[in-house]
Amino acid sequence: MSRVDHAEASSKFIEAKDHADFHDKRLWDLRKKRDSESEAMPEWETLRTLASAIKEHTLTHLGDYLEEFEKNATANGMVVHWARDAAEHNQIVHEILEQHHATTLVKSKSMLTDECEMRPFLENRGVEIVETDLGERIQQLDNEPPSHIVVPAVHKLRGDVAEVFSRTIGTDARNTDVLYLAESQRRHTRPYYLKAQAAMTGANFAIAETGSFVVCTNEGNADLGANLPPLHIASIGIEKLLPKIEHLGVFVRMLSRSALGSPITQITSHFRAPRPGTEMHVVLVDNGRSERLGMEDFWYSLKCIRCGACMNTCPVYRRSGGLSYGSTYSGPIGVIIDPTFNLRKYSSLPFASTLNGSCTSVCPVKINIHEQIYKWREIIAKRHQLPMVKEEAMRVAGKVLASPKLYRAAVEAAAAGLDHLPRFIVYNPFNAWGRQREVPSAPASTFRQWYVKNRGVER
Amino acid sequence: MSSRAQILARVRRNQPAWRALPDIPSFERPLVDSWATFASALARMGGSVAVPSEGVALDEFVRARFAQARVICSATPEVAGTRSISTVRDPAELEDVDVGVVRAAFGVAETGSVWLSEREFGVNVLGFLSQHLVVLLDPRTIVPDLHHAYRHPGFHDARYAVFMTGPSATADIEGVLVRGAQGIRTLTVIPVAAAATGSATPARRSS
Repeated sequence: MSRVDHAEASSKFIEAKDHADFHDKRLWDLRKKRDSESEAMPEWETLRTLASAIKEHTLTHLGDYLEEFEKNATANGMVVHWARDAAEHNQIVHEILEQHHATTLVKSKSMLTDECEMRPFLENRGVEIVETDLGERIQQLDNEPPSHIVVPAVHKLRGDVAEVFSRTIGTDARNTDVLYLAESQRRHTRPYYLKAQAAMTGANFAIAETGSFVVCTNEGNADLGANLPPLHIASIGIEKLLPKIEHLGVFVRMLSRSALGSPITQITSHFRAPRPGTEMHVVLVDNGRSERLGMEDFWYSLKCIRCGACMNTCPVYRRSGGLSYGSTYSGPIGVIIDPTFNLRKYSSLPFASTLNGSCTSVCPVKINIHEQIYKWREIIAKRHQLPMVKEEAMRVAGKVLASPKLYRAAVEAAAAGLDHLPRFIVYNPFNAWGRQREVPSAPASTFRQWYVKNRGVER
Repeated sequence: MSSRAQILARVRRNQPAWRALPDIPSFERPLVDSWATFASALARMGGSVAVPSEGVALDEFVRARFAQARVICSATPEVAGTRSISTVRDPAELEDVDVGVVRAAFGVAETGSVWLSEREFGVNVLGFLSQHLVVLLDPRTIVPDLHHAYRHPGFHDARYAVFMTGPSATADIEGVLVRGAQGIRTLTVIPVAAAATGSATPARRSS
């Protein structure tokens, strides 16, 4: 598998200026909406602390809670399956569909099924899959993965959507009105709920105490699917467990506020048992999660509730777009999860960060994201997975920063250089910091020169 | 070794040292006017409130509000509509419903949500396949927030339970908010005290 080159992919993203500017603005708007919601709640920090502690408790007792969930879900009439990895997950889903002679599947958004690359697997076996979430559907029809875990087509403008829809579902290519495009998708998708033999959802939470699972959505698509065809399959990562119903109060209050800045999703559904005469199957998926649970520095990432707040606030994500990360999970949370799947493939991602810590401060479950990013950098540097230029630059920087004499000489030389060097030397392709930004003009004297002159103390 | 056994063994081998489960505080808060709080939260989420004038029967009120509607399917005896949910055998029969009518078990002031389960819906998809949804809600059932809401016993015995908060919506294209994504296009809450006998009169605003 080839290595993801985040910097290279981002430079392509930035070239489309209108898109890049809108992307930045739209996500920052979500971040501001999240702020006004959280600031309006005096207990916000209490909720974050509780959410983090509940998740940590659950993860440190995960074996017991998984068994409790299975026992109760089975008693409720669900069928529970266990999948070690993506391949087994896809195989299980395919077998269930085959047993029911299901050839059309209406599917609501699930990052887990994207992670498992389920869609091509089933399509190759003759199953027609209709993504029903608007953003996910746009991405499916455009043959592109989602670029954001909450708003999958956030990198597209209305003209792009009009182009995709005119090519695939027969809308008028010249009509870029958002209401028209959304209404067209509604009319195109609704008949599928009635003709599909099976529906699929993910889950935001699974409750051990009741054997039920919770799906938080806005469009009505998940509940149309789950309440029409006679078969409902839910794929659930093993880290989604919560002990009791009462814990949902903490998480549901924060999920949509963190994600979209709305107090709750339009629809918050709790599935405890199949409708009479229908079947409900749950696939509990590991796919690397149990391994991650044993990583001393990184198991905290399993607390993630996939709200996307860390992505919306991240200056690097906002200006590079989700697709440049080359993985289902992008932005800060992707940066710390992806290397656990494949360190070599994703070794450039922990460098797609300014380490400003904003991700950590907005995370509703208090994952120490920026600290984990730093720890991944250490691991990658130790294993010599750094690109050669970066490795050499860091080696030199390390020497210079370790010696006061060398440091002072370097600072003075750099200041003189900035003022006198021709532009083409400062803004050349080898200086990444000179791209897309003006280097500030150097002050007349360094801080140390000023200090020695004004305080007269030489040490 | 089965996948189940392998996963559980690996989880137990790798589980970090045990951490305690915190107690959830009750988050008691003084709620001066639960109806007003509910109504303004609902409005934010795109839902609306309608109060029939005195002397106007509910059935008449719903028909007048949706004058164009051909099929009004009701899951509550308080509104007749044109079709009773009890006649529906297959959920797909609800494809032509213009207006669904249900009575919610309770409301949540914090979010403007109403709680519905298979008992309230009769057929669950009534809440999604209908073009519009009318929800009768007894203002006395409104709880302050989601912590209180999750104490409802329905979470332990309903097969399916949902907080509905306004109509279906999407902002997946350029962040432009579209009310009426794939499910209901509008959600209207009518405050009506639940009468023990089943025939109900519009409730006075609880303020």
